[in-house]
Amino acid sequence: MLDVRNIHVRLGKTEILHGIDMQAAKEQFTVIIGPNGSGKTTLLRALTGEIGFEGNVSLNGVDIASARPVELASLRGVLPQSANLSFPFTVHEVVRLGLTTGIQTGADAGSRVDQALAAVDLQGFGGRFYQELSGGEQQRVQLARVLTQVWEPVFEGKPRCLFLDEPISSLDIRHQLQIMQIARRYAEAGGGVIAILHDLNLTAHFADHVVLMSGGRVHASGHPHAVLTPSNLEAVYGCPMAVGTVPAGMDFFVLPLISSSQTA
Amino acid sequence: MSISVETGMNPPHGAYAGDRTWFARRMLLALVVVLVLTAMFSIASGATDTSVVSVAWALVSGQDDLISAVERVVILDIRMPRTLLGMLIGAALAVSGATMQGLFRNPLADPGIVGVSAGASLGAVTFIVLGAGALAPVASFLGMYHIPFAAFIGGLVFTMALYRISTRNGRTSVATMLLAGIALGAMAGAFTGLLVFWADDEQLRDLTFWGLGSIAGATWIKVLAVAPIIVPILVFSPFMARGLNAMTLGEATAQHLGVNVQVFKRVAIVMVAAATGACVAVSGGIGFVGIVVPHLLRLLIGPDHRFLLPACALLGAVMLLFADAIARQIVAPAELPIGIVTAAIGAPFFLWILLRRRGLMDI
Repeated sequence: MLDVRNIHVRLGKTEILHGIDMQAAKEQFTVIIGPNGSGKTTLLRALTGEIGFEGNVSLNGVDIASARPVELASLRGVLPQSANLSFPFTVHEVVRLGLTTGIQTGADAGSRVDQALAAVDLQGFGGRFYQELSGGEQQRVQLARVLTQVWEPVFEGKPRCLFLDEPISSLDIRHQLQIMQIARRYAEAGGGVIAILHDLNLTAHFADHVVLMSGGRVHASGHPHAVLTPSNLEAVYGCPMAVGTVPAGMDFFVLPLISSSQTA
Repeated sequence: MSISVETGMNPPHGAYAGDRTWFARRMLLALVVVLVLTAMFSIASGATDTSVVSVAWALVSGQDDLISAVERVVILDIRMPRTLLGMLIGAALAVSGATMQGLFRNPLADPGIVGVSAGASLGAVTFIVLGAGALAPVASFLGMYHIPFAAFIGGLVFTMALYRISTRNGRTSVATMLLAGIALGAMAGAFTGLLVFWADDEQLRDLTFWGLGSIAGATWIKVLAVAPIIVPILVFSPFMARGLNAMTLGEATAQHLGVNVQVFKRVAIVMVAAATGACVAVSGGIGFVGIVVPHLLRLLIGPDHRFLLPACALLGAVMLLFADAIARQIVAPAELPIGIVTAAIGAPFFLWILLRRRGLMDI
């Protein structure tokens, strides 16, 4: 679905991404991880057509660099890290902005907005003012807006894609899990999800495919078990890690070895 | 059996919480009525006591003997162009204020405050002073449109400069925008001052009166000079609404929602510059309408530009006619330039918004 070939991104004179290749398939939850400054957000901004790049990115065979914004908007939704609003919009009005380009199917706009709010556990928040919500609630409202834009994971026979930049950064554990489940279900229903996460344990648990970045390059990519190895993680994050399952054979976990990293 | 009672603010049963569409639509209708009444009041009031109804009846029925020749002149050649010009200017100022605020994602952006009007004035003064001399061929080619055109070019250059200076990576800094506006305004003021220095006595009189902001000299020629610019902008502005709504989430998100941001910004900037240029050309510096009207309406119907822009056109027209009425009454039989009235009301209002938002602004 998403095909990235040898992309380079320069911001000013500095090259941030040095030739990235990656693929993300439909029906898969792809997670990009890596330390601060490894180029995750820059990569996501290139993939969504927000910044210029050298190389080739195509989504469902559509070349990102030359596609019209309205065409891309029907194919993918993008959740930014944060979004401030300068005007007193209600939550209903913010979520409805997902329908800006008028691609709307099935339910009428108002009930689609309510469905999206229910999906992110914000039933009854429609009439509240966005600016008066907590950071975590605002983040979920923005996700509801993105879901409204690309509600059906498959549209006119083509898979759609969610790009999420740290979607759970200001959420409590319950809502972190809930958002991860939304992403999983979107992928299982035939769409694609590409998210930047910092939480290695949630990555281990929910991702189908992991891209580990370091210094503007892909250090490793593949199945979580293949990527999230102590040697890969220590090489990239610079601290020793233990990886195992708890209870044995069930949930996968990643644990930084704090005492040995302090003495190291 | 159930009885449903609909009160003014409550949407009808079954509407979605937070959806203000229903109320906004009704407010638009109410504003149309208010505007018609205000316009009739504006035409009817003045030094000569004329009944607008009798004049309207005389014109419609063709019975010319019902009104005197004086009344005809007063109504048709003095008051009607003044009322129409006031409506056009008020609507254009409020709509360009709201558009600029949407574009800059900031409720304090206004062509008058951030130097765009000053740029438009510079353009207009350049032609007033040099129109008979160095720029004579251009002035005669453009005819009655040469002052609006010059003001448009001045406004366009200053809006583009302002956007370039205050926006980086798709984010607009409020502090940079306001400070850049002061600098640009001062620059335009300096050049305007230089031109005024060269002006002859007659030009000087024109400039002084015009600089304070007034629609007292309204004529049909002035109405015809700006209507072809302002009316299409007002008609076109609702098509900018979805884009402006999306822009409030930032340029990147607007792009993700399907807005062609680069094209959109250019169209919006040209629109603001053209509307501001037209207003400045015929009425000088009438300030604060573009701040006060959109802000009041956001409090009333919310910031959705699909309703905000048409509501601004209507309430802007109403407010300018009211300001004009005050300007005519307060020192009667003389009259104040309307710019003094709008500044006296608008400047404290601007401070009020500033105080309310002090905690929210990322300065």
